[in-house]
Amino acid sequence: MSTIREIQDEIVSEFEILGEDRESTIFYIMELGGNLEEFPEEEKKEENIIKGCQSKVWLIADEHDGKIHYKADSNTDITKGLISLLIRVLNDRSPEEIIQAELNFINRIGMGNIIGSQRSNGLAAMIQQMKRYALAFQTKLNT
Amino acid sequence: MSLNIDQIRGLFPVLHQEVHGKPLIYFDNAATTQKPKAVLDSLLNYYEKDNSNIHRGAHALADRATRFYESTREAVRDFINAREAAEIIFTKGTTESINLVAQTFGRKFIGKDDELIISTMEHHSNIVPWQMLCEEKGAVLKVIPINDSGEIIYEEFEKLLSPKTKLVSIVHASNALGTINPVKKIIQAAHAVGARVLVDGAQSTSHLEIDVQDLDCDFLAFSAHKLYGPTGLGVLYGKREVLEAMPPFLGGGEMIREVTFEKTTYNDIPFKFEAGTPNIGDVIAFGESLKFIKSLGKKAIKDHEDELLSYANELLLPIKGFIPVGTAAEKVSVLSFNINGMHPFDVGQMLDAKGIAVRTGHHCTQPLMQRFGIEGTVRASFSVYNSKSEIEKLAEGVSQLARIKNK
Repeated sequence: MSTIREIQDEIVSEFEILGEDRESTIFYIMELGGNLEEFPEEEKKEENIIKGCQSKVWLIADEHDGKIHYKADSNTDITKGLISLLIRVLNDRSPEEIIQAELNFINRIGMGNIIGSQRSNGLAAMIQQMKRYALAFQTKLNT
Repeated sequence: MSLNIDQIRGLFPVLHQEVHGKPLIYFDNAATTQKPKAVLDSLLNYYEKDNSNIHRGAHALADRATRFYESTREAVRDFINAREAAEIIFTKGTTESINLVAQTFGRKFIGKDDELIISTMEHHSNIVPWQMLCEEKGAVLKVIPINDSGEIIYEEFEKLLSPKTKLVSIVHASNALGTINPVKKIIQAAHAVGARVLVDGAQSTSHLEIDVQDLDCDFLAFSAHKLYGPTGLGVLYGKREVLEAMPPFLGGGEMIREVTFEKTTYNDIPFKFEAGTPNIGDVIAFGESLKFIKSLGKKAIKDHEDELLSYANELLLPIKGFIPVGTAAEKVSVLSFNINGMHPFDVGQMLDAKGIAVRTGHHCTQPLMQRFGIEGTVRASFSVYNSKSEIEKLAEGVSQLARIKNK
């Protein structure tokens, strides 16, 4: 399995191929949402929501053999694409790896510029929530 | 006579730029309009040449600033055909104007079990101040329902009216749908039961001829920045006898006649409601906005905007997956819509990538969105400087996006 750093490098080079064109970049992000695993409808409840201003994200996680597996969904396609990138980088790793992960691909892509400030705040909230899950599982595994 | 749109566009410096490498198409005019150069020049000119605190200054600059400030008050009077300039109060904006009425008229004249009427399509700023008042006084807030086209159901409004009704506060033109409400009829009916009427003119004043004497409204609230003027400035019009009967809003300088530690007496209107140093520079610049509107004529502006709206309907309605929200017979130039299968926020962001600025979300009208069972809409709102070719670009963009989910 590739390291967090290797996957981030991959993502950065994929975005580099797209070049400067904003429209095709956003289309690409929207398409990435299609990679998300199916999200169980019954988990679309209030307690699993990460609230952004205009979009909703549902995020759940479970743990198998010391690795965390995330599932997520959103009511907007662009947000789905964004969370699919985070999941691609962080899924099925140990809590320690996730907690320590520096997600530099976001800045390297210049994502803030592409998606604007509202969605950037949302993206930061998603990362925070993923790390919170990791922290909770770490505590659980160590006790 | 039709307007020369190229010439008008030339007066607005901000329109001549690219965003994301595409020419800017500004369709967020219901949120705020752009400012003509004369308004910007006036602001700079004031601070370069005339800056001074108004009223009571014993020097030339104060005298000049006072004259310019008061001449805008007179221009506003003329703009809405008020009886006298003293009925024009400068505020921070529509929101403050409504809150002022709630906190002064409301606190004095509305009591337990009295009733206030608003409509389903109100902006939060014409809901929340009344909820706060009702909670404080034990009064009751009643809401006029709307039909599926986004028009108020007038018969239901009549049923809500009673001798208990003390105030009707109604939006003239809906920011989210564009619907123009029959305010004149509403005012007559409300007056018949002894209620006062506040008209929220935030969206209507830029599109429609407004004559407060003909409407006979008791209050009219609107904002300068939606009228090609500066932000942070609004107007509250009130009938003299109503304003005089109201207690002051904020206490401080300017609003007093005489202060002793035992008792303070208050100044006459409008100064009674303008405590502290007002927004002098913006008020003066707003005078230029009103000149700009007058130079074109409200009718010519409305005709052009109507043409843009009907052209937009013509091009967009046939697009597969295009869902208009708000299809009232009488509308200002607001086109609210959704694309089947797409979130409005995604649509907005994709249009932005094409250089097209629209607004997405609930437009501060959450109860209205709930009425339609939607989270929000994409809203394109047109102004006098927009062109038919810009509408064509919007239609191309929407059509391209709609195809993704509506094959």
